[in-house]
Amino acid sequence: MAGHGETEMTLHGCRIHVLRGGGGAPLVYLHGSGGGGLWLPWMEDLAKRFSLIVPEHPGFGRSDMPEWLDGIHDLAMFYLEFLAAENLTGVHLMGGSLGGWIAAEVAMLDSSRLKTLTLIGPAGIHVAGVQKPDMFLWSHDELARRLFHDKALGDEAARRAADPAGEDARMKNIYTVARLAWHPRFYDPLLMKWLKRVRIPTLILWGRDDAVLPAALARGFTDRLPHAEIEVVPDCGHVPQLEKKDFFVERVTRFITGSAR
Amino acid sequence: MKFYFFHLMPYAYLDPDYDKAYPTDWLLYPNSNYDPKKGAELYNRYLDEIEYADQLGFDGVCVNEHHQTAYGLMPTPGVLAGALARRTKNVRIAVLGRALPLLNNPLTVAEEYAILDNITHGRLIAGFVRGIGVEYHASGVNPTESHDRFHEAHDLILQAWTRPGPFPFEGKYYHFDYVNVWPRPYQQPHPPVWIPSQGSSETIRWASAKERRYVYLQTFSPVTALFRYMDMYREEARKAGYEASPDQLGWSITTYVAKTDEQALKEAKPHIEFFVNKFLRMPMEMLLPPGYLSLSSMKGVLAAKASLGRRRTMEELIENGQFICGGPETVRRRLAEYQDRAGFNLLLPNLHFGTLPADLTRKNTELFARDVMPALRERLPAGAREKARA
Repeated sequence: MAGHGETEMTLHGCRIHVLRGGGGAPLVYLHGSGGGGLWLPWMEDLAKRFSLIVPEHPGFGRSDMPEWLDGIHDLAMFYLEFLAAENLTGVHLMGGSLGGWIAAEVAMLDSSRLKTLTLIGPAGIHVAGVQKPDMFLWSHDELARRLFHDKALGDEAARRAADPAGEDARMKNIYTVARLAWHPRFYDPLLMKWLKRVRIPTLILWGRDDAVLPAALARGFTDRLPHAEIEVVPDCGHVPQLEKKDFFVERVTRFITGSAR
Repeated sequence: MKFYFFHLMPYAYLDPDYDKAYPTDWLLYPNSNYDPKKGAELYNRYLDEIEYADQLGFDGVCVNEHHQTAYGLMPTPGVLAGALARRTKNVRIAVLGRALPLLNNPLTVAEEYAILDNITHGRLIAGFVRGIGVEYHASGVNPTESHDRFHEAHDLILQAWTRPGPFPFEGKYYHFDYVNVWPRPYQQPHPPVWIPSQGSSETIRWASAKERRYVYLQTFSPVTALFRYMDMYREEARKAGYEASPDQLGWSITTYVAKTDEQALKEAKPHIEFFVNKFLRMPMEMLLPPGYLSLSSMKGVLAAKASLGRRRTMEELIENGQFICGGPETVRRRLAEYQDRAGFNLLLPNLHFGTLPADLTRKNTELFARDVMPALRERLPAGAREKARA
């Protein structure tokens, strides 16, 4: 067991929670719309090879809701400041869903502290004609079920989402998601123009059966990042790191260690 | 008590079985179901009904604003108010929109309201709302910006009406180098401002502030909520160091009068139940998008609106005070009772609702004007009566 710990840090007036575990090259994971704050089995696996750093975003869960949080660029700037404050270099930056969007923005703005970029079913780019389902019209229950291809996993997620103890965090998280992604809906025109600036090794992972952000959106990334590796995961929904954990850990490890050579 | 005839202008030809295929008649219900020939007939009929209220001696008439729905056909209420401006002679015209946060340029409302105020020689009442939650789905405007955009747009409009232009306005959402609106409003310093709400403590606190003292209108909610929010308004006013007048408080209430209680109940039942179960049908996620209310208000409203998803009967609506229905004596008694308890002096009866046909709407309006209004016109709420005597 690599084990993990939790720290708090305050940056630009915003206190956030950060999970840390393992050892080796730094791997920063940016969580998605559903929130963070949990040390998950796939993190435990990756912590055997990497030094995992998993912040809970400003505006989510137990982290503060800062006055300055108006849009996605604010979070991207915050994480550039975070990397600098932690004095991290050679970072493997990874993000899922909304976190993938933030990670892509960070890399677009300044990838000097980054070694690789891994985007898991990321938001951020609109592809003309690809209709995204409207998650803001879903109940918590429906949202939880939609995350998974495997119905049993969806049922389990729905049971967790029904727990009243998590209600405050769920409402806070969805508030911040709306703050960032309501309009334009889950994309950034600036990123669409300048994602091509990202020249570090990039892996794009997408569940083939993603019912939140359709895998057809992957084209928006591969068109702009011709050097990127793309992995479409069969029989898998929006969260490959949960639904296909072993494959995910192996694939990411292979990408990162391959890119490090 | 003053009386403001309120019309919602629904698409009365809504298919009663639409809800077998669609969860709501808002936003997602295809506009191919709108028949322009029937719509044209409805607009003209509804405008006739409002104009009739002018002839019958109501103090005012009200239109409102909703988008992309069969519930109400007034997405740009200023157009309807413009039509009424020349055809009515005495009534005040209350535009109980405009949903300010939805606008990219709120000066268009400063202009529109000022024109209406000029044409009517000062009969305009300027409503300002945030719009209900579903409007944020329809417009794409971020609901988490709703409160801030509302306050900023309001400040811009009020300044445009009261400060000599041109001047610059420097806001976060609205930034203009030149604010210099022509025409200026007819009423000086500006038309009366009314704030309709379903009950948001933030809105009540803001509307009641000493420097504003805006009229607060409680719309479609049980009387328990009416009492709570009107008490809250008075309490906020006291905290701000003044005593709120009953003329600062209004209630919008669906009302039906017939010769007898029995006849009223029989005639109204299918139409009020269509209104509440068909037109008002909407999933919670549509009504309350994230950030539309503060997190604490959101939890309270979610609990209060839990009944939204299930079928409601006329009897239930009468019981909780969301519908007043009966012979003239019953309606007068109810209104007097609620006025005493809530302390309002402005009444906005919705005398058309749901699928109520033209003949019953006309009869309802006539009976209300003839057998209800005169007896209550000079009436003040209990506390205010004592003050008036003393």
